[in-house]
Amino acid sequence: MQTSNDILQAVRIEKTFPGTRALDKVDFHLRRGEVHALLGENGAGKSTLIKCLTGAYRRDGGTILLDDVPVDPRDTFEAQALGIGTVYQEVNLLPNLTVAENLFLGRQPRRFGMVDARAMNRRARDLLADYELDLDVTRDLASYSVAIQQVIAIARAVDLSGKVLILDEPTASLDAHEVAMLFRIVRRLKAKGLGIIFVTHFLEQVYEISDRITVLRNGQLVGTRETSSLDRRELIAMMIGRELAAEIHAPRAEVQEGPLRYRFRNYGRKGRVRPFDLDVRAGEVVGMAGLLGSGRTETAELLFGAHRADSGEAEIDGRAVDLASPRAAIRHRFGFCPEDRKTSGIIGDLSVRENIVLALQARRGWTRPISRAEQNRLADHYIRALDIRTADREKPIKLLSGGNQQKAILARWLATEPEFLILDEPTRGIDVGAHAEIVKLIEALREKGLSLIVVSSEIEELVAYSTRVIVLRDRAHVAELDGNRITADQIVEAIAATDERRTS
Amino acid sequence: MTSFFKLYFNRLLPQLIALGLIIMAVSLVFPGFLNIEIQNGRLYGSLIDILNRGAPVVLLAIGMTIVIATKGIDLSVGAVMAICGATAAAAITSGHSVPATLLITLGVGILCGLWNGVLVAVLDIQPIIATLVLMVAGRGIAQLITEGAILTFNDPGLIFIGSGSFAGLPMPVVIWLVFGMLIAVLVRRTALGMLIEAIGVNRQASTLSGVLTPVLLNAAYVLCGLCAAIAGIIAAADIRGADANNAGLWLELDAILAVVVGGTSLLGGRFSIAASVLGAIIIQAINTGILLSGFPPEFNLIIKAAIIVFILVLQSPRVRTAFAFLVPARGARNPSERAAK
Repeated sequence: MQTSNDILQAVRIEKTFPGTRALDKVDFHLRRGEVHALLGENGAGKSTLIKCLTGAYRRDGGTILLDDVPVDPRDTFEAQALGIGTVYQEVNLLPNLTVAENLFLGRQPRRFGMVDARAMNRRARDLLADYELDLDVTRDLASYSVAIQQVIAIARAVDLSGKVLILDEPTASLDAHEVAMLFRIVRRLKAKGLGIIFVTHFLEQVYEISDRITVLRNGQLVGTRETSSLDRRELIAMMIGRELAAEIHAPRAEVQEGPLRYRFRNYGRKGRVRPFDLDVRAGEVVGMAGLLGSGRTETAELLFGAHRADSGEAEIDGRAVDLASPRAAIRHRFGFCPEDRKTSGIIGDLSVRENIVLALQARRGWTRPISRAEQNRLADHYIRALDIRTADREKPIKLLSGGNQQKAILARWLATEPEFLILDEPTRGIDVGAHAEIVKLIEALREKGLSLIVVSSEIEELVAYSTRVIVLRDRAHVAELDGNRITADQIVEAIAATDERRTS
Repeated sequence: MTSFFKLYFNRLLPQLIALGLIIMAVSLVFPGFLNIEIQNGRLYGSLIDILNRGAPVVLLAIGMTIVIATKGIDLSVGAVMAICGATAAAAITSGHSVPATLLITLGVGILCGLWNGVLVAVLDIQPIIATLVLMVAGRGIAQLITEGAILTFNDPGLIFIGSGSFAGLPMPVVIWLVFGMLIAVLVRRTALGMLIEAIGVNRQASTLSGVLTPVLLNAAYVLCGLCAAIAGIIAAADIRGADANNAGLWLELDAILAVVVGGTSLLGGRFSIAASVLGAIIIQAINTGILLSGFPPEFNLIIKAAIIVFILVLQSPRVRTAFAFLVPARGARNPSERAAK
């Protein structure tokens, strides 16, 4: 599998962070003169892989070969010197310096020990002429558009490094015209024999520019394929996973649907998610499927009151309610496990016990503390019930693995005896064992008569536990699947269909 | 219960050791340092003097601990002291009774805290900037109240707060002891302590868990204002007048230092009021000790800085890991705090 045709080979790269395995023996091969798209949902490990290649992170295992020579960049400067240059979405140049100064920062041409501005400007003009740019290089960088700045950053990176160019979401803030200009430059560099890694969320652009595609999911390599032989539906399936789906979907005859409890009409918020109607019964799991940025998380946050709805109304058991804040939602026995465990889930420095009792304590109010004995009982109960692996209940939760942190947050809500539980990506970034346990827990809660909303990028998982699946696209609810129509194929089709309609 | 006290003692051990070393060093240079005697039913001596002189910083440190635990900071406490000292002097000289004067002054302190709290919790301004406003403006307000002069007063009731004594202890010491215990019991006997720590560690996650974040943040700054008001009354009562320019000058920095010496992280989260009180006493012990040891005064600030650097080095996580073998059972330290009070 190693050919000298590869300019960069990363073999069995491993990287572990406390609590998560960010990269699990990932292979990545970049050929000379190719544009290689690196894809995956958030948390798949794309940026971790990029950072291992550029030396921003030290990898824990595996080898990187550049031109068949093992390299071990300790920081980004060393990677640059070796030939690996990176351009980020946020241009990291100095807006208050001139274009020429930015291009030659740290290596200005000198004459008698002084910066030779004239030589520098001349060389800058020559350099940019290769990129079809005829600029006044003595003007401040800030006076040019983001697209031009992006190109200048590329020019600097290529001039410094010249073997591998990594473009990390370079088109995120560009318009169609600017993207076209950027792609012309990328093709030109490709023709020169550079290996180009292209990270993006825009699938259309992947098909327009890339030669091959590598997909990561949950820190693991899903596969590397030729772009021309991979259709869009298959690509989406690789990104969100459905290979295993078919056999998991068990017939769901045993499901007893309870009474309608939660009714949302024309519920929405400008700029986050378009107004939608949603009914949830007792004993029902409503899955939310869709690509990143489709409005899944926004829907979950809206239902919990993390953001206030600006249209529509909510009813519980036929009575109108105002879900203006998380506190209001919690009073109505809602619970919410957010997508980003670290920034909005765990209270890192506090103990497992405190993390578990937090929501219950917050609901009771500060004047009615839960006694220490009761806290211990609750914590021990859930540590046992959910099999949270921790040395003891007083361990700071940040020291637990991702899966155990997630279970502790679930325990935090279960302790409040919720009736409506919203889980946003409850299985992301956790190991297989914990994954299966959380799926089982979701089913057990449904059987107990809870109503659940589960957002997930893992299609096979949605198929396994959902009684209904809502498909989102472009911040709107676009399809609803129930009964026998809940299959991986149908879900992927619903996501891809709308996707194609938009782009064609 | 005994194991709770043991864990609590462990948490305070570095501060107790530092204080012990300082007292020992000073008593070697100045032999009379440890003497305590009773005159007219009141304790006298250098050690009592430290507790007495340290009162304003101790009080400020109590409020500052809570604010820092929420991941905030309050730079305005020195200025609020000046405002409240001026308010007390103005109220008593315009004929209000002592209880009315105290109520008005504490009310003004609470208002100052509310101002900071609204800027931080409601308008979401960074605490260091939000409280800088009152730090700068506060002395101007105090000068407006005193009309630019040092406002002196002779009311024996108010003066008693600064220089009277109760049960053998100087009044300021009695005040901070009672107030400190009150606050410590309030935060640890209710769920306030845990909720405040949760906000300090992760405000967003706390809000999503249903914690009333804005109200608690506001309350932290209000408490800080209240502490500054009490400190301001003591400082004014001590000199029998309100000095808008110098009352509480730079004390916000001493208060922050006391909290840090007490081992509460400026990043918020776990806090200990007792440790901060010890931190404030350490700072006062250094001040008094240097004065008594007869070093030329120009060395004072440098020696103080050197001792504080030493204490901070002792607390640095790197040094702690390097000397971990000397301090047994470090892991037991964290849970101790909540258990203790």
